[in-house]
Amino acid sequence: MERVPILKIGAILLVSIQIDMEDQVALQLQEDLADRIVATGCHGVIIDISALDIVDSFVGRTLATIAGISKVLDADTVVVGMRPAVAITLVELGLSLPGIRTALNVELGMDLLARERFQDEDEDEDGPDNAETPVVPAP
Amino acid sequence: MALSADEAARFAVVLEDHQEALVTVWTERVASTLRGRLSQAELQRQNTELRRGFQQALAGAAQDLSGESAAELRAQLSELSSTRARQGFSATETAVSIFAFKEAVLATLDAQDSTNASTLRDYVALSALVDEAALFTFDSYVRVREELIADQTEQLLELSTPVVKLWEGVVAVPLVGTLDSARAQVVMERLLQTLVDTSSPYAIIDITGVPAVDTQVAQHILKTVVAARLMGADCIISGIRPQIAQTIVALGIEFGDIATKATLADALRYVLAQTSKKGR
Repeated sequence: MERVPILKIGAILLVSIQIDMEDQVALQLQEDLADRIVATGCHGVIIDISALDIVDSFVGRTLATIAGISKVLDADTVVVGMRPAVAITLVELGLSLPGIRTALNVELGMDLLARERFQDEDEDEDGPDNAETPVVPAP
Repeated sequence: MALSADEAARFAVVLEDHQEALVTVWTERVASTLRGRLSQAELQRQNTELRRGFQQALAGAAQDLSGESAAELRAQLSELSSTRARQGFSATETAVSIFAFKEAVLATLDAQDSTNASTLRDYVALSALVDEAALFTFDSYVRVREELIADQTEQLLELSTPVVKLWEGVVAVPLVGTLDSARAQVVMERLLQTLVDTSSPYAIIDITGVPAVDTQVAQHILKTVVAARLMGADCIISGIRPQIAQTIVALGIEFGDIATKATLADALRYVLAQTSKKGR
């Protein structure tokens, strides 16, 4: 059976889908990805669909499921490289892929993930900082 | 009333014998209908060639225009109508150029001085052939004009939808003119392709040049925005004039969470603020 490879780049897992997403492939990918996220402790997942000519409701649901699984494991998911023709078809069909974040290409996707991570950490730090500021007296 | 082989052969001889006079009369007639928009020499040349075409067709015993021997005549006629169509002559002016051939032939026959009943019969038969030729000209004229119109429509589509880069990572589409389904499709494809090519995460759709926004136009714009979002780019709509804003609200069009700005400058400022916020 065909499998989708999962590549680790820094703190990000890159999944490039280049084959038709059939039920079996999709399920296998979900399983593999969950394993890899836990094994590597990565906080970001990029799914590259620039090689996909057709994105139907099934693929859309699969992507949403993967995003959901990743979220539970504390990893953000970004879908990158959707072709214009695919986007137009999805809009014409009235599918808007809810719950999926997108970026134009892998580079912008990595930027997006880095930014989100940075913001999250920032907020984590800001929280206690702000709470403590009034308590700590100025020297 | 089809031309018999005999009649055709007789006319071929007449056309051959009186070619000079015939072409002169014909050219005069045509020149008077075109009111000097084509030079006499040009007409003379065209008519000389057409006369040869008619003569060849008749010498080949052509019953009508579809025959083998009339092939050259057909080619000449379509050539004539296509040049006339491109030069901006009307359909009537083009067809009359061919009809005038009948008058020229009549004048030639008058000059022969041996007219009788059979000549009349011959003439009517020839007349049918000329009518057919003129109709053929008319047809090709219309065809050429339709091709012209189709070409122009395509050119208009090409011209009217430029996608310009405003800033690093920001592209704009200034929409000018009415947005119908065909144009909306072209705009959408062009914009999305540019987003991919330039990897710009922001697009501004400026509708200053759109005369009216109805539900259909709004629908097209919304589709474009949603498609761009699916690809990971954000769209801002700008250039909404006061009347347009009123129409949008009156029609109950919902732009949802899509950013709308009054001017292109506002939209650009907004995008730059967004990028600087993200890139801190």
